[in-house]
Amino acid sequence: MQNSRPTEDVALGIRRRVFEHSMRNNGGYLSQACSAAEQLAFLYNEALNLGPSTMPMVPPPFGGVPSAANTGYRTGAGYNGPFDAVHDRLFIAPAHYALVAYACLIEVGRMAPEGLEMFNQDGSSVEMIGAEHSPGMEVHNGTLGIGLSTGAGLAWGRKRRGESGEVCVFMSDGEVQEGQTWEAVQAAAHHGIDNLWAVMDVNRQQCDGAMDSVMTVGDIATKLRNFGAVVAEVDAHDLSALRQAKATPHDGQPLIVLAHSSPTRGMEFLMRRFPRLHYVRFKSEAERAEMNIAIAAELGVEPVTLGGH
Amino acid sequence: MEMVNRPYAKAFEDYAVQHPEVLCLSADLTSSCEIDGFRDRHPDQFLSLGMAEQNMLSFAGGLGLAGFRPFLHSFGVFLYRRPYDQLMASIAYPRRPVRLMGFLPGVTTPGGMTHQAIEDISVMRTIPNMTVLEAGDATEVESIVAAADSIDGPVYCRILRGSVPRLFDTPLEIGRIRVLASGTDVLVVTAGITTEEAIRARGALDRAGVSVRHLHLNTLKPFDAATILGHAAAVRHGVITLENHLVNGGIGSMVAEALAEAGLPRRLIRLGLQDTYAHGGSRPYLMRYYGMDALSLVRAVERLTGEATGIDEGALEAVRVEAVHSAVKAEAL
Repeated sequence: MQNSRPTEDVALGIRRRVFEHSMRNNGGYLSQACSAAEQLAFLYNEALNLGPSTMPMVPPPFGGVPSAANTGYRTGAGYNGPFDAVHDRLFIAPAHYALVAYACLIEVGRMAPEGLEMFNQDGSSVEMIGAEHSPGMEVHNGTLGIGLSTGAGLAWGRKRRGESGEVCVFMSDGEVQEGQTWEAVQAAAHHGIDNLWAVMDVNRQQCDGAMDSVMTVGDIATKLRNFGAVVAEVDAHDLSALRQAKATPHDGQPLIVLAHSSPTRGMEFLMRRFPRLHYVRFKSEAERAEMNIAIAAELGVEPVTLGGH
Repeated sequence: MEMVNRPYAKAFEDYAVQHPEVLCLSADLTSSCEIDGFRDRHPDQFLSLGMAEQNMLSFAGGLGLAGFRPFLHSFGVFLYRRPYDQLMASIAYPRRPVRLMGFLPGVTTPGGMTHQAIEDISVMRTIPNMTVLEAGDATEVESIVAAADSIDGPVYCRILRGSVPRLFDTPLEIGRIRVLASGTDVLVVTAGITTEEAIRARGALDRAGVSVRHLHLNTLKPFDAATILGHAAAVRHGVITLENHLVNGGIGSMVAEALAEAGLPRRLIRLGLQDTYAHGGSRPYLMRYYGMDALSLVRAVERLTGEATGIDEGALEAVRVEAVHSAVKAEAL
C-alpha cells in the first residue's frame, strides 16, 4: 500500500507531530524525530511492500501480555499490514523511537491522531518504549541489539517457505556496541539471508551523549562489510539517496543502509542541548517557551499553546 | 539394568524427519549433543549458528514467528546464562514454539562451574510462559522430544546423553508424576539422575524396614502441587527432596512452597547443592561430595525417622561408575 503524499511531506509531518507532542508533554524523544523522520517516512511511504492496516485507527487499550489464557492477544504488527506471504515485515529495533514511529503511522494514515494522545498513558497500548502490542511494533525490541537477530531468523524462515515478502529492520547506530549485533550479521551472511535488509540511523548519539565520548565504535561500514554484509552509506535526509541505497544488489548477503543523520535536523535550536539529546526535558518554563517559539518557526507551524504544567 | 546408548540421537531423528517444521539448531556442540548424525543425514533441516548463543535465541524467536519449531541444542547452561535477555524478550514473552534442549544438567558434566547448569530449574520455572521438563531415564529421553514439541509455547528440557539407564517402560507424559513406591514412613521426591540414586537407596531401606513413598517428577513446570500434597499427607515422618540442582529455587523449593501454601505441617529435608557452586569431577564423585547420592538420602531418612538403619556404603548396591573419558560418552565434554 503506497501513500499518495510525497515522502518529504510525511517526514515534515513526523517532526511536527513529535515536536507538538513533546512541547505539550514537557519533553520527549525530539532528536530521534530529527534524525529518523526521512528514514521512517521512506520505509512506510515507499520502500516497504506493506498491505493495509488490519487494526483499528484508534489503538485498542492494553489487552494483557501473551499467555496461554490470553487467547485474544494481538501484537501491533497489524498496523504494518497483514502477515501474509507477499508483504514485508518491519521491526523497529530501537524501541525508544516509538514516538517517532507512531507519528509516522499517523502521517501515512495507519493510525488516528488520537493514538498519540494515548502515548505513555496508563492502560494504553501506545507505550513510551514500544512494546510488542504497541502500534507498528511486531516484536519486543526494548533491549537494544536483539532486533536484527530476530529479523534474520524470520527472514530465513520466510525464504525457506518461498515467501516473497522481505524483512526490514530499522536500527540505531548505538546497537553496534552490542555484541549480538555482530553475531546477527555474521549469521545472516553465513546463511546467505538476502531477504533481510536494515536501515541504520547513524546519528552518533546515545543515551549518555555523543557516541565517541561513550564508546568509540570506529568505522561501522568497514566492520559490517568484514562481517559479511553489503553496506550502502547515504545522507539520511536525502530521499533519492535512500532510494538508490535500497536498490543496492545484495545477492546472498544482507543489506545494511547506513543513514548518516543529523540529530538536530529540522530543529537546529536543539544544538543548544548538544550532546545531551537522547530525551529532551525542559530545565525551566522559560526554556520551554523559548524552544516552543524557535522550533515552531523552524518547522513552519504555530507555537503550541502550552497548558498549565 | 539396561543401558541405552545415545537415546536422544535416535529419538530426535525419528521425530524430526516426520515433522518438517521442526528445525535442528546447534551452537558448535553438535556431536556433544548427539545431533551430528542428524546434521550429516538431514542437512536441510539443520542450522549451524556457531558459538553465538545470544543471536541463536533471538534468531530462533524469528524462526518461530515464521512458523517453524526450532529445537536448540547446547549444554543447558549455555541456553540461559549468557542469553537470558534474549530468552526473555525473543522466546518466552511472545510464547514462541522454541524447544531448548539442555544437555549436561547439574553435575552430569566434569566441566566445572562454567559448564554445570545448577540453577537452570530455578531460573526457568520463574519465567512466565515457560514449560520445564526433565528426563530421568532413556525412555524419558526418547519420549521428551514429542512431548516437548506438543507444547504451545517455549519449553526447556534437561536431557541426558551418552549411556543412559532404562528405568521406565512407559513414555513421559507431561504433568504425570510417576509413583515408584507407595510406602508410609517417608516421601522421597526425585527427578533426573537422582531417581536412580533413590531407587538404589530404596532397596536397602526396604530391607531395613523403612517404608518409602517415592515420586519421580519429569514435569517441573507446571508443578503438580496437589498430587505432591496428597502423598506428603500420607506419610508419617516427612518429605525429602533430592535434586541434581541447587535446593534453592529447585524441586526442594517447589515442594516447600506447596506445603506452606496448603498449611500442611510436614518436615522437609532438601538434598542437592546447598547454596554452593560445584567443581569439576566425575558424576559419582560429585554426587557423593555434594550429598546428592543414595547414601546421603539414607542419612536424611535416618534424620527424619530418628532411627539408625544400619545401612552403610557396602549395603547399597554398587554405584554405577563411569569413567570421565569412557567410550560411551560423545566426548569428554
